Amino acid sequence: MKKLINHPEQVVRDMIEGVVLAHPDRLKNVPDTSVLIRADAPVRGKVALVSGGGSGHEPAHAGYVGKGMLDGAVCGEVFTSPTPDQVLAAIKAVDSGEGVLLVIKNYTGDVMNFEMAAELAEAEGIQVTKVIVNDDVAVENSTYTTGRRGIAGTVFVHKIAGAQAENGASLQDVERVALKVIENVRSMGMALTSCTVPAAGKPGFSIPEDEMEIGMGIHGEPGTHRAKIAEADSVASQLLSLVINDMGLQEGDRVAVMINSLGATPQMELYVLNKTVGQTLKSRGIQVHKTYVGEYMTSLEMAGCSISVLRLDEELAELLDADADTLGWK
Amino acid sequence: MAITIKQLVLWLETASQRILQQKSYLTELDQAIGDGDHGINLSRGFQEVTSRIQSTEYDDVGQLFNAVGSTLIQKVGGASGPIYGIAFVKGGAALKGRQEITIAEFSQFLHQGIAAIKSLGKSEEGNKTVLDVWAPVASYLTENGENTDWAKAIDHCWEHAEKTKDLKATKGRASYLGERSIGHLDPGAVSSAYLFEALFQTLADGNRAV
Repeated sequence: MKKLINHPEQVVRDMIEGVVLAHPDRLKNVPDTSVLIRADAPVRGKVALVSGGGSGHEPAHAGYVGKGMLDGAVCGEVFTSPTPDQVLAAIKAVDSGEGVLLVIKNYTGDVMNFEMAAELAEAEGIQVTKVIVNDDVAVENSTYTTGRRGIAGTVFVHKIAGAQAENGASLQDVERVALKVIENVRSMGMALTSCTVPAAGKPGFSIPEDEMEIGMGIHGEPGTHRAKIAEADSVASQLLSLVINDMGLQEGDRVAVMINSLGATPQMELYVLNKTVGQTLKSRGIQVHKTYVGEYMTSLEMAGCSISVLRLDEELAELLDADADTLGWK
Repeated sequence: MAITIKQLVLWLETASQRILQQKSYLTELDQAIGDGDHGINLSRGFQEVTSRIQSTEYDDVGQLFNAVGSTLIQKVGGASGPIYGIAFVKGGAALKGRQEITIAEFSQFLHQGIAAIKSLGKSEEGNKTVLDVWAPVASYLTENGENTDWAKAIDHCWEHAEKTKDLKATKGRASYLGERSIGHLDPGAVSSAYLFEALFQTLADGNRAV
């Protein structure tokens, strides 16, 4: 393992302290927790948004804390859901009395820990609602299983529900908008290399030099299949067509696109991918309202990407375009 | 035969040690079909359990199990924290005020814990989870009661942990693999087997000492 860390068990703590030292004007750490909140939290008269999950996905989620997006982010251990007491601390720190929306990525651990925290908060008289993001089309959707994972599409939920909260909407209305995003966003990823969880000390898996894994999850969960590595055009077309077909995108639809790096893939390659994505959408008569290219939901130092597409209506487009002031949203 | 608080504390200490020893193995099992953090998280949680129960004198089994469960919920994270934790918290609720418990009461504790895990995880036996060890262990103890042969109980729990190899995961992170999860042991079932093996060893040693 070759990493710039002090001690594997201290990585998250050290990162949080580094973040606060870099951005004291934007973020503060709730004492004795791994929670980062807006420097001006709780924001009076506003519904608050809390998200979080395992660390290692930076800028998710603390990078989306700020005006127009999240009020708080709970940073779990690397790739490990935070515990209920931490989530509860976040809820209590950001609630202004207008209620709190929890944005949860669909993983067994995240759902359990956030639900336990929600129950504890409700017992203390705080109004809490939760939405679960499941945008990863690599996983078969079924009511009998855990279902689809939440990946990069989650950032669109933060952005749009956050904008609606900033507008002064009620908790119910913020939830409605969040659910609309979840219903209309799909993602699909792929990986070229593995990544190493600091405490594990060695890569979680390995991908041969001439292969790639399609459908890889953001914690290195196995994807749908391994294949011989292909050109960017072919990879982009494969991922995009799975997304488009799953969401039933049609000519005339308006969308936002996110080409996300899993950590090690440089912008140059992301733009190479987007050439195909942009051209394909155009040729199908789909209007691209906005394209986001960069690191949004990473998986430590994994090389690879994910492509997310969000179908927009007037309301979602307006909220997507609204101002946001956070470290990670560009 | 009664199980004393002292034996229960010793059980949990032994289990913590065993899980710490097997940290890398459990993590490897999880790397194969999950996200590769089971050993890391569980051993961190159980180390906290050990330091908490060693720094407190318990004269109430309910209180002991509550301390164990809430420590696991607060320190493990992931899915295994809430799952192991809720089993101790809810399962232990009926044992408030007890200084020692019978084997029948211990198996009752397991059954209550299993119900809590099922409700939290929306899972059943056969989903390739911890339940595939907890449930057969609970039934085994209910069936054999005072006549339980501890060596056989250990074999029984490993036999069931091994059986998870043939199951297809439908809950938890391994479920993303579907059919491809077949052929791998479930990391939670294996860590559960270590937990119960530690219990049976403690009880066997205790009996010999008497």
